[in-house]
Amino acid sequence: MADITSQIPASARTGATAIGSGPRGPKPRRRLSPGNIMLYGTLFVVSVYYLLPLWVMVMTSLKGMPEIRMGNIFAPPVEVTFQPWVKAWSEACTGLNCDGLSRGFWNSVKILIPSVFFSIIIASINGYALVNWRFKGSDVFFTILIFGSFIPYQIMLYPIVILLREMGIYGTLWGLVLVHTIFGMPILTLLFRNYFSSLPEELFKAARVDGAGFWGIYFRIMLPMSLPIFVVAIILQVTGIWNDFLFGVVYTKPELYPMTVQLNNIVNSVQGVKEYNVNMAATLLTGLVPLIVYFASGKLFVRGIAAGAVKG
Amino acid sequence: MTAATSISVRDLTLNFGAVSVLKTLNLDVAEGEFIVLLGPSGCGKSTLLNCLAGLLDPSDGQIWIKGQNVTWAEPSERGIGMVFQSYALYPQMTVRGNLSFGLKNAKMPQPEIEKRVARAAEILQIGPLLDRKPAALSGGQRQRVAIGRALVRDVDVFLFDEPLSNLDAKLRSELRVEIKRLHSRLKNTMVYVTHDQIEALTLADRIAVMRGGIIQQLAAPQEIYNRPTNLFVAGFIGSPSMNFLNGATVDGGRAFDFGGLRVDLSGYDGGAVGAREKAILGLRPEHLTITDTAEPGRTIPAIVEIDEPMGADSLVWLKSGDATISVRVPVERRPVHGAPVHLRVDIPKASIFDARTEQRI
Repeated sequence: MADITSQIPASARTGATAIGSGPRGPKPRRRLSPGNIMLYGTLFVVSVYYLLPLWVMVMTSLKGMPEIRMGNIFAPPVEVTFQPWVKAWSEACTGLNCDGLSRGFWNSVKILIPSVFFSIIIASINGYALVNWRFKGSDVFFTILIFGSFIPYQIMLYPIVILLREMGIYGTLWGLVLVHTIFGMPILTLLFRNYFSSLPEELFKAARVDGAGFWGIYFRIMLPMSLPIFVVAIILQVTGIWNDFLFGVVYTKPELYPMTVQLNNIVNSVQGVKEYNVNMAATLLTGLVPLIVYFASGKLFVRGIAAGAVKG
Repeated sequence: MTAATSISVRDLTLNFGAVSVLKTLNLDVAEGEFIVLLGPSGCGKSTLLNCLAGLLDPSDGQIWIKGQNVTWAEPSERGIGMVFQSYALYPQMTVRGNLSFGLKNAKMPQPEIEKRVARAAEILQIGPLLDRKPAALSGGQRQRVAIGRALVRDVDVFLFDEPLSNLDAKLRSELRVEIKRLHSRLKNTMVYVTHDQIEALTLADRIAVMRGGIIQQLAAPQEIYNRPTNLFVAGFIGSPSMNFLNGATVDGGRAFDFGGLRVDLSGYDGGAVGAREKAILGLRPEHLTITDTAEPGRTIPAIVEIDEPMGADSLVWLKSGDATISVRVPVERRPVHGAPVHLRVDIPKASIFDARTEQRI
């Protein structure tokens, strides 16, 4: 024993002083090694490549039309103007309406909130029931649900028009909400099912012995443990539904078009002069919501994806 | 069924698809009894416990608890509390929240909840931990809270599903004593699943040794240890494990013959041995002693191969004929390697098995 203890530094043996003495911190490196120059050089070039379009868009949107006609698209504006942003938001014309993107923005919000809410609530209950309350045929049910995600949307486009018409909600926002909720179901159910099956089964058993029922366990045991996966689901749904174009243009009518459809109509209008600054501002405005969602919850998103990947 | 019967399992069968996990199993547990279900993995012991708890639906048969048929009752309506191997504490709740969750579900008035939580905390000495989250507890503390969650329910039957398997050895023996103390204080019926025979032998009033969904032997620990009903129980119980000598009983069952060596069987504690062509003599390492003098019929010659000192005892491995035999001796009386010695056999404590049926004679 004596020869073993003598090899351990005194600070480690006494315990109390072990933290704070001895070598600590990252392995020392030279800052300007050839490897680092290569690494950061490459990263720099790649990030410039990806950021350049954004730069052009922001700069163009802040210029007036005479300055844009001079050609130099990379140059910052000589005279900064926010007029294109104002016009894109509240004055640009699509068809007969001349109230800009604001109408589309509010339509998109009205579609987004109920669609995200209902699709996630239903899918999480689906996943929970499929993991913890297995019923006869639950595997078949799950297989069918997953199979649904492999069928191309285009095949179902027209049948859904007929279905919505028969239900009397064709051309309404609620029709589009229903479509989004249903189409989000397979992938979200899979996501929640995998997450819930990674939670220890004994927790569920303990809650049953404690007399909690289906909803009691869902709301009081499962939900509080599932924040990361809910964040993942919210991000997937917000970006997916916000960026949707096809369903929006097919299942609604012009005054209810979502923002993406309106953006297309502003940018692609063929009458008059092409106002590049207004188009750029409109595009940036439309992309703002997914961007904010990513920045606000990126860390949770990665954690949720990782949690599902390792254990699911 | 008598009034003192707490749990009664009648012809319980459970099939998972084509696999039969429990086969028409019967078990009666007396009130206040501590029953340990013991067996290797996959023997059906946890499945049986889950059936008792109502977490698995049986394919056939009935379960009675306290004179009520609870075969199809919800877990919370059975009057049971359960402790799990992984503790299964609700991570988002404090210890207090964990203890009171079941009582709140039962719509119990708040003062009564507080009274019961305080009592459980006092019994298990977890009072200072009540406002902590499970993540801030050590393994032993977590398992105490898990026991407390069963305790506050004030139930007649406690079910333990390998509660100590996730703890380290020292903590395990501490909590083992504590569970035993708890049982002598509360006098509840307890059903305890484990694969650890030390836990089984130390805790149980009776042990049910299981294999393949069937209870092999249900008896008091000493009975199981001294008179195992078959070869499986004999080999499973006891560490270091029992020596098995393959041979035959001769002279109308008066002697055991293996490879030309003979042991006199007079004084055997069992049924009529009779002459059998294939029999197995089971000897526990502590029922053999090493001597220098030969006594015909009472001793067998052997040669010392190796020994394993284990603190107070030493396990000596010897070669006798073709058989390898282990003997437990006090460490100061370890024999010399390679020395020829004689082994005295304690026949009244031995077991003889029929090699074909594997049953004890």
